[in-house]
Amino acid sequence: MTKTILFASALAGAVSLGAQQPPAQQPPAQPPAGPPPQQTEVTITIASTGGLPPKIAIAGFIPVTTDAETAAAAKAIGDVLWDDLNFEREFYMIAKDAAATVPRAASIDQLPIDRWKELGANGVIVGNVQRTGSGLIVRAKLVDVGSGRTAFGKEYSGSLDSIKVERARLYAHTIADEIHQQQRGLRGVARTKLAFSSDRAGERFKGPVADRGIKDIYIADYDGANVKRVTVSTTLNVAPAWSPDGQMLAYTSYLPGSFSVFQDVVVSMIYKGMRQTPAHGDPNRQNYLPAFSPDGSKIAFTSNRDGNPEIYVMNRDGGGMRRLTNNPAIDVTPTWSPAGTQIAFTSDRSGSPQIYIMNADGTGQQKITSESYCDRPTWSPAPFNEIAYASRAGGGYVIRVYNIENHESHTVSDNIGSNESPAFSPNGRHIAFTSSRNGRDQIFVIDRDGQNLRQITREGNNGYPNWSQ
Amino acid sequence: MRQRRFAAAVVFGAFLAAGACHKNKPPIARPTPAPPAPASTGTRPPAPPEPVREAQPIPPEPTVTSDTLAGKDLDEINKNSPFQPVFFALDSFDVDQGGQQALNADADILKKYPGWTITIEGHCDERGTAEYNLALGERRALAAKTYLVSLGIPADRLRTVSYGKEFPFDPGHSEDAWSKNRRAHFVVTSK
Repeated sequence: MTKTILFASALAGAVSLGAQQPPAQQPPAQPPAGPPPQQTEVTITIASTGGLPPKIAIAGFIPVTTDAETAAAAKAIGDVLWDDLNFEREFYMIAKDAAATVPRAASIDQLPIDRWKELGANGVIVGNVQRTGSGLIVRAKLVDVGSGRTAFGKEYSGSLDSIKVERARLYAHTIADEIHQQQRGLRGVARTKLAFSSDRAGERFKGPVADRGIKDIYIADYDGANVKRVTVSTTLNVAPAWSPDGQMLAYTSYLPGSFSVFQDVVVSMIYKGMRQTPAHGDPNRQNYLPAFSPDGSKIAFTSNRDGNPEIYVMNRDGGGMRRLTNNPAIDVTPTWSPAGTQIAFTSDRSGSPQIYIMNADGTGQQKITSESYCDRPTWSPAPFNEIAYASRAGGGYVIRVYNIENHESHTVSDNIGSNESPAFSPNGRHIAFTSSRNGRDQIFVIDRDGQNLRQITREGNNGYPNWSQ
Repeated sequence: MRQRRFAAAVVFGAFLAAGACHKNKPPIARPTPAPPAPASTGTRPPAPPEPVREAQPIPPEPTVTSDTLAGKDLDEINKNSPFQPVFFALDSFDVDQGGQQALNADADILKKYPGWTITIEGHCDERGTAEYNLALGERRALAAKTYLVSLGIPADRLRTVSYGKEFPFDPGHSEDAWSKNRRAHFVVTSK
């Protein structure tokens, strides 16, 4: 039972950022290459006219070595980078077929700038991929079409293993995050991951009436690629929650007990294959729906240990157990505020499930929604002071967002199918949620303004998404 | 159990004894035909028939109750459960009158089989949200447990677990299916 750790930590650790020398006419704006690299090149910002997003084309990544694997990796990096940059909507990405009309550069220093200018590009990204005896080297640069100068240029290296297409994606994700940071001051999400629960393996376990489907915890890149199975079990595993450092997942697992099955919070160190049950559940003390505090030191969760679903908080190791709610009604599914000073949760103490907030010590409980039925609050990261939740609408649910400042909510998703279990991206610009709009339950991502709906999962039923930091 | 077996043995013994009596019972005397009248010897009346003699009264048939449930294994019991589930209204964990009747009958079974431990599974229909349903299913299971405890069933024989809307009994999307899926369901987990 447990763990699949399938990450080339070598790659994550070895994407070294050596600053590439800019063209001769540009005075070197950075100190000589050497770790740790500093962002010192923010001198050139690709801009558009009339306040529109800058138009960016990807001229492609040139395979320097001629083998098929290098070529496949080079193509994947270009394609994934296009998607990553398109995702945040900070740039207008010139369509790939339009970009393909421009002759490919022979080298990254020989861009046909005039042709890109004709195409209306404000910036062009070009790079290359080189296989060496010990690994892979990927170079990328962003050229300002107006001035011809390099706005961004870096060299990355990784293990030989990183030439595999699904691993080479990390080069693109890293480049995208760094370009977003350098050009737009934005923390991109290209290297973040989604955790979710899925029955995609199609495995079943013996139930009392009929066989029942198992659910296991999976993780994927933010765009749904690169799916890895975290748990391998013959039971239900649901509602994963990332630790802030991305090394752990806390989730709800149905464990075998004395003549019974009970829910407990499992904390899994997914890259070490170790797991703990810090809440020490048993059939009379069941624990579920955990949420890490923003500093990772505590876990809030729901428990029936006092005979009724209430919100509790404990230290990561299970110490310092403390009950936060004390109400004969249901109190369930806590989420932390970005500063860790408040917790939002669902309670039906008013007669129907509604969203409440309280201080992290349980004081100051107050109701913030007055709708038909609301559940699964998720607090947005800064700078947005908002809480997303699922709200009953028609026969299903829509995703709504409550503004803590003005006490108003607005609807983000449409009401096709049912839409539940929202989870914010770490930059607060996107919301992952479960939707049945295409029949089975799948994970979708939508921007906070309701645009850019994307389907992330397609296999089996998938739910309870949670976005890594 | 030992006592009950002993009682059964006694009854069975009695039955054997009764059977033995029956076999050795003397034949019922039949009226003997009157001897032929002597050819020429006066007019003696025939002797009256002898009365029918009754044997020992036959003991009643023993009552042997067969317990088909006790002999089944857990899987067989649970596949065709003797327990009635408790059904709930939408968004509710109140045990209504129908639920109480079901639980009264369930309590009788639990009293009849004091060695059984059961798990009460709380289930919800798909119209609630996943997270709240985990708590709602728990409240449904706990509500059924509380009622059974009030009827004298020891709490330590009753486990609860909530599956929210994870395991619907009817996969349909109709009112009929939903009403089946909002339930506290009983599973015998030890006997």
